[in-house]
Amino acid sequence: MLQKLYDWVDERVDITPLWRDIADHEVPEHVNPAHHFSAFVYCFGGLTFFVTVIQILSGMFLTMYYVPDIENAWKSVYYLQREVAYGQIVRGMHHWGASLVIVMLFLHTLRVFFQGAYKKPRELNWVIGVLLFFVMLGLGFTGYLLPWDNKAYFATQVGLEIAAATPVIGDGIRTLLAGDPSIVGAQTLTRFFAIHVFFLPAALFGLMAFHFILIRKQGISGPL
Amino acid sequence: MSDKKRVSRRQFLNYTLTGVGGFMAAGMLAPMVRFAIDPVLQKQEGGTMHSVISVDEITNEPQRVEWTVDQVDAWYESQVQKTAWVYNDENGDILALSPICTHLGCTVDWASNDQYPDQFYCPCHGGRYTKDGVNVKGTPPTAPLPVYEHEVKEGMLYLGDSKSRKGA
Repeated sequence: MLQKLYDWVDERVDITPLWRDIADHEVPEHVNPAHHFSAFVYCFGGLTFFVTVIQILSGMFLTMYYVPDIENAWKSVYYLQREVAYGQIVRGMHHWGASLVIVMLFLHTLRVFFQGAYKKPRELNWVIGVLLFFVMLGLGFTGYLLPWDNKAYFATQVGLEIAAATPVIGDGIRTLLAGDPSIVGAQTLTRFFAIHVFFLPAALFGLMAFHFILIRKQGISGPL
Repeated sequence: MSDKKRVSRRQFLNYTLTGVGGFMAAGMLAPMVRFAIDPVLQKQEGGTMHSVISVDEITNEPQRVEWTVDQVDAWYESQVQKTAWVYNDENGDILALSPICTHLGCTVDWASNDQYPDQFYCPCHGGRYTKDGVNVKGTPPTAPLPVYEHEVKEGMLYLGDSKSRKGA
């Protein structure tokens, strides 16, 4: 049945070469944990991607109930966690996944660093990786405010103060982020929500695509 | 490949990989899907009865009665206004009709159109109902106006949920 469906599409669109290009490539022996168990360090990048997928999915589902408004944000989070079936689990996935994705990113970075896998010709991909790291930190920072509880509020207060400590343009950056020179409030929450669900994910997808295309183009770095 | 039942190593690995991948994807998606479809699976609670009008005031002519109910909409609680057309029918029984047109949900009025002084009239598409709430053939509505559950206690009329009726 599936084979027939695939054949039907393939006959018309010729997708086999397309998907071969994406999926069908050999995993070098030194990267395969079945050959050398220590090769599990090569899994960190894939695990980062896996957790990112969980973040995207759970985040999409959370926005079905969440409202980015100071009157209702906390109430809607309370409702979705207490009253909606599996709310605690879906929110838990997003909450814990947010920390886990940073951990995985960090381990992936350490592996690339200590293996010297960032060296020529892969410098550009290292730079993209660092940008991805910043985007992830931005997602963590903006997402932290969204439940609109005390911890969220004061953590954001601190984060904005740090941003404001930038020489010369500090106050401008704070106002740009918070939507107001002195208040952390209604405009801050909507801005952080927009950044968290539209702007940064868009940047994330673009950078990830670039990151993966470069891996396929340059191949995995050779054995140590 | 002589034996058709034989599973090649490649096939076996494909099956295992698909199985494990599918299991992981299902484990990931199941809570999210259940979370998303929760409103569909929520039980509908029966509404409470509200005192709306003294029985003495009910006449043979439909009159508009309004009352408010407490509505809990997830994290938002509010008071919502309800309306009914109430009158005594020829047997002396109380009838409380919902004013929501069964065509597309506009609000009907009693005797608001001069041409049809003893019918309910919907201004949106000209839907009409006779006094007992039954839709007039040839006008847009396909079912009679819903009827409110009612009971009389200590001289007061209490109304509950409205129940839709089958098409005439």
